[in-house]
Amino acid sequence: MRFVVSKPSAGKARLGALYLGGGVAPPVETPALVVPTRRGLPSFIPKDLLEHLPYPDSLLLHLSPIHFMECPSTKTIKNIGGVHQMVGLQDRFFIASPSDSVESLPEYGGTNKLGATFETPYGRRLVNPKDYMEMISATGPDLWASLADEVPAWVTEKRSKLSIDRTLKWLDDCLSLDQEKGASTLGAVVGGASIENRKKCATEVSMRNVSGFWLGGFGLGENIEERSALLDAVTDILPEEKIRFVSRLGLPEEVLQGVAAGIDLFDSTYIFHLTIGGFALVFPLDILEETPEARSRNSSGNCTKINLRATIYRKDTSPIVEKCSCYTCQNHTRAYLNHLLNVHEMLAQILLEIHNTHHYLGFFRSIRRSLQQQKFELFRQRFIESRRAHLTEAIPCS
Amino acid sequence: MALQFEVMGRFNRARASKLILPHFVVQTPMFMPVGTQGTIKGLTNNQLEDIGCQIILGNTYHLALRPGAELIDELGGLHKFMNWKRALLTDSGGFQMVSLLHLADITEEGVTFQSPVDGKPMLLTPEESIQIQNKIGADIIMALDDVVRTTITGPRIEEAMYRTLRWMDRCIEAHKRPDVQNLFGIVQGGLDPVLRDICVRGLVERNLPGYAIGGLAGGEDKDSFWRVVAQCTAALPEDKPRYVMGVGYPLDIVVCSALGADMYDCVYPTRTARFGSALVPEGVLKLKHNAMANDERPIDSTCSCMVCKNYSRAYIHSLITRDAMGSQLLSYHNLSYMMRLSKDLHTSIVEGRFPEYVRGFLRTQFPKGDVPQWVCNAMEVAGIDISPCILD
Repeated sequence: MRFVVSKPSAGKARLGALYLGGGVAPPVETPALVVPTRRGLPSFIPKDLLEHLPYPDSLLLHLSPIHFMECPSTKTIKNIGGVHQMVGLQDRFFIASPSDSVESLPEYGGTNKLGATFETPYGRRLVNPKDYMEMISATGPDLWASLADEVPAWVTEKRSKLSIDRTLKWLDDCLSLDQEKGASTLGAVVGGASIENRKKCATEVSMRNVSGFWLGGFGLGENIEERSALLDAVTDILPEEKIRFVSRLGLPEEVLQGVAAGIDLFDSTYIFHLTIGGFALVFPLDILEETPEARSRNSSGNCTKINLRATIYRKDTSPIVEKCSCYTCQNHTRAYLNHLLNVHEMLAQILLEIHNTHHYLGFFRSIRRSLQQQKFELFRQRFIESRRAHLTEAIPCS
Repeated sequence: MALQFEVMGRFNRARASKLILPHFVVQTPMFMPVGTQGTIKGLTNNQLEDIGCQIILGNTYHLALRPGAELIDELGGLHKFMNWKRALLTDSGGFQMVSLLHLADITEEGVTFQSPVDGKPMLLTPEESIQIQNKIGADIIMALDDVVRTTITGPRIEEAMYRTLRWMDRCIEAHKRPDVQNLFGIVQGGLDPVLRDICVRGLVERNLPGYAIGGLAGGEDKDSFWRVVAQCTAALPEDKPRYVMGVGYPLDIVVCSALGADMYDCVYPTRTARFGSALVPEGVLKLKHNAMANDERPIDSTCSCMVCKNYSRAYIHSLITRDAMGSQLLSYHNLSYMMRLSKDLHTSIVEGRFPEYVRGFLRTQFPKGDVPQWVCNAMEVAGIDISPCILD
């Protein structure tokens, strides 16, 4: 793993290039989306359809090893050749972190000094560093975050401090069990909603022999206004040259907030939740290139997302987004998707997840372009304005 | 008539053919996956093309309810609505009378049933069925028949057969697009050879583009099943396609093809996939079974589909019944299997090695040599020597 980072302008936002897989694959440019998965594959996109997604933008996939706690056994996963081989995606890169927001939720109440607890579809599971490292070693992700004790914003100061102690101890445990001696490790930084605790944890983790950082404990009840200060407190301390991956900052505004604080990688179950709800992303991706007239038109009439279940799409023969190059928009109409959703056909979710993933990767591409053009702050401002504008209007489609 | 039917090879009663339809040229024998509501559950169009799917079936009854025939018509027909470039077939809505609608009332005029969407009584007449199917616009449309369970007996069977013939005329009369859509008739008559014979002769007189054998695969015993198929295929014209409705077990397809049938449809491969079963040459593999949890092999090592090339039984076991992906991958494999079966039947007939193929198929399905008696009986009629596959 190699990471090259630069700062195009005065702020903290950064552009980077992540080289994985021994340099055979093209670098992944950051800020980047780590595509969410369930057991190694996006919820509804199998291998052959994944190839329709933009490349190399879609090279990074998220992995939660906890998804494999029931089966197959770590021995079987290892025999098959790890997660890449098992899900048939030898040319993609997996970045692992224990929790996600769908099937492996951190459950701080059940966590104790032995290990972290997760709420899974098979019940609560306690995972200690040794178990976790066994899963990491079997699945073989390209990068992995150490086990963390993630706590929500409302816990007591005492519990928050305890979470830091445990997370640091588990990081050391993970590193001591790691055959690669930290070469693929992202050290977990936690600290709840306290700036002091966040700083303390970041300082400690920075001293460990890790290749990058995973920022946990966000999206767990802290409010969006205080979050920027928390993110800044951490990224001010972390060494510039190492990569930073944050979990659970999934909404477009949250991603922009993270980018502004100097985060490089984002996992996001936003796409999954949109898809399950029958929503398709439609926000414009070229807001910097738009003329002021087009902008005012967009901010007054356009939505961020549309609910394709709505009857107004019954006879709508246009694609979800005009000129979108994804498989769904190239082949199917809103009317067809509306029908599929109405009759509860699985193809609706397949087509929606393809479009939403494609569109969200495009959003990250726009962020990178704005950084290259040193216009990130303008991009962020316009994006948030257009979202707010639509919130204040009565929109028929949301 | 909007089709051409060219027989490319034969073995006794079995035939391999090229069927030229308005939207696509298909090869028979062929299995037609069922895409009830304008989609094959869990697969995209390009995946269906990748596995060699030539034609898919839509259910008129379901499509008429949602999104509605008017809407499909307004948006340019089902091909355009679902963006499927190859061939389509729609049924008449008649089968749902026995399968879904316990409260359906069948009279000479048509079928009255309660709409499952809003509960209102709806009347489906032969004219209306054809009108709807004309709007949907499939390459092959089916006449409305009076379907009765094969397991019942008595005068109701006879009534249904004669009514099917009378409705046939009303369907022909109502069919407004014979230049682009092929109306197939359906042979009814239960398990009674006399009634089946009357029905076949009545339909053949009407010189239709193709013929279906209906009212089967509804729980009758297998010996009765194949005898009806054998009787009908023998009596139907050589130069027209023959479609056995509702048949989808691989063994049944092999037997029916040996008896001279060309087309089949069934929800079985995709439905069984959603329940966690994979079709393999040996029969069925239950992926839900605990023995699969750590099985590192592919579903079928002789299968070259995307799923078998990439995924282990262990991985699919971890998905099945938990994630939609389990259904997606297994449906993909099962349909690939059915497409391969269709292709193998076609090729082996064209290349003059059909009996060898059938023997190989039976040996794999019945390694102990316990081929069911009905299969032996049918193969004798089909003129295929399967004695090497039978062990005592």
